[in-house]
Amino acid sequence: MRELLLISGLGVLSLFSGLLNIRKGFLLVVIVGLLLNIGFSIADWNGNEDVYGMMLMDNFALAFNASFSALAILWFISAHSYFNNDNNFSDHFALVLFSICGGLVLVSFSNMAMLFLGIEILSIPLFVLVGSDKTKLSSNEAAFKYFLLGAFASAFLLFGIALVYGATGSFENAKIASVLAGGSVNQLALAGMLMMMVAMSFKVSAAPFHFWAPDVYQGAPGYITAFMATVVKTVAFAAFFRLFSSTFASMQFEYKVLFAIAAALTLLISNITASVQTNVKRMLAYSSISHAGFMMVTLLCMNSGTVGILYFYTLVYSISSIAAFTIFEVVRSNSNGGEDIDTFKGLAKRSPLMAAVMTLAMLSMSGIPPLAGFFAKYLVFTSAIENGYLWLAIIGIVASLIAVYYYFKVIIAMYGHQSDLAKIEVSVLHKLVLIVCALALLLLVVFPNLVTGVLG
Amino acid sequence: MQEVISGIPLVNYIYISAALFGIGALGVMVRRNAIVLFMCIELMLNAVNLLLVAFSSYLGDTSGQVFVFFIMAVAAAEVAVGLAILIMIYRNANTTDTEVLNQLKW
Repeated sequence: MRELLLISGLGVLSLFSGLLNIRKGFLLVVIVGLLLNIGFSIADWNGNEDVYGMMLMDNFALAFNASFSALAILWFISAHSYFNNDNNFSDHFALVLFSICGGLVLVSFSNMAMLFLGIEILSIPLFVLVGSDKTKLSSNEAAFKYFLLGAFASAFLLFGIALVYGATGSFENAKIASVLAGGSVNQLALAGMLMMMVAMSFKVSAAPFHFWAPDVYQGAPGYITAFMATVVKTVAFAAFFRLFSSTFASMQFEYKVLFAIAAALTLLISNITASVQTNVKRMLAYSSISHAGFMMVTLLCMNSGTVGILYFYTLVYSISSIAAFTIFEVVRSNSNGGEDIDTFKGLAKRSPLMAAVMTLAMLSMSGIPPLAGFFAKYLVFTSAIENGYLWLAIIGIVASLIAVYYYFKVIIAMYGHQSDLAKIEVSVLHKLVLIVCALALLLLVVFPNLVTGVLG
Repeated sequence: MQEVISGIPLVNYIYISAALFGIGALGVMVRRNAIVLFMCIELMLNAVNLLLVAFSSYLGDTSGQVFVFFIMAVAAAEVAVGLAILIMIYRNANTTDTEVLNQLKW
């Protein structure tokens, strides 16, 4: 409960930041608030606080709360220039914080009403943020597409909730689970579950419902794309897992095969399309979809071990994504706004630090052995094989091989070419983010069990 | 009110909600005017509201009707944001036709 109050309080405070004259240090206030939020999660560990039967602060919720708060801190530091550059200062802070608030509701819901409200609280501020580059038509287009498909997916989710309500007579997850476990498969509940699955696949951008993601990621302001690809994706997957591992656990036989097909489709489509992209932002968007495919694999092997794997995967993926998107934004703003892969040419000379961290991030995302991304993929593949999805693991490995190609295109552009553009001065805050990300990617290799064990 | 709703078999409510939802979903896919798209989304949400009220009445459980209020409130917030986005597009492109939104592809 206090986690939710804290973050929404921060959001309201940011609306008054101009009035209270704390705009200058507000970034610091937000970071302290989010650190406090992590502290609350640690203090409440094993508490299982029940918030009016609507949210349940179990260890799953607290662990994801801590992880996305930490990611949000990194993101806030990296995106400081996004907040500095315009006069919508307090709006942007408030929208991001309210979106995080929705994330907290989503990882801890124990009632379908909160699932719906969480998704809406998460998405509605994002519609605004995606379109925050008001004079650019591509940003407008991204906002419109995101809005339309977000609302469309919400309608599917609601129809699914209504059907499940009709079949079980309740919105409470625990009650729905016990009713479903008691009887034979109910047609209404099955239809409801399928519609909710479609809606959640939209939200996590899994194929065949991924088509909005590249457009939205490309059109949105770079830092907002980073936020969507990291914090929002982590939260959406946590909600997806929470919903299907508990509420619909008794319908595993019906949904597992669909998850397997969706994961395989996501892996193949996204990686093949990513390899022909020349726009780095769009390539990163497809790479984010392909990682959604790997995370889908953990959803279909639902047992006590996979939640830890999902946790580890989202964390590793988000850290490398934050690094990649930060570097992309810095390079873009120092290269006349170019988003093509050519703008990365000669980056090794222009800024050795950024080139090195980008290489680490790309290697980690493609799953090259000594990095954290390798362990994440390795854990996903072993859990798939243990659960009898050998074919899916093979598709995953093929997809990773394709991914190596387009990740290395960036590395080759950075190190294999010369550039006549000036050196890039990286600001102190960006340096901090990049070094923290690089250290995290290197250290998580040494202690992967520390993270997977949290929820194991 | 209870008798009026219960006078019609439940399955008819499911059929009409599904039909309304389908019309809305089809509209989102085939129509090109942004305002009409918004109306189609509203139609889908109202199909859900009808279904929830019918179930709620048949189950004798009020929580379904409370949920309808949540949906109405959120739908209003969502449309407010959607219309703002639409105005932004209109200022830049001078039309509400979604054909102009072709900057991002492949």
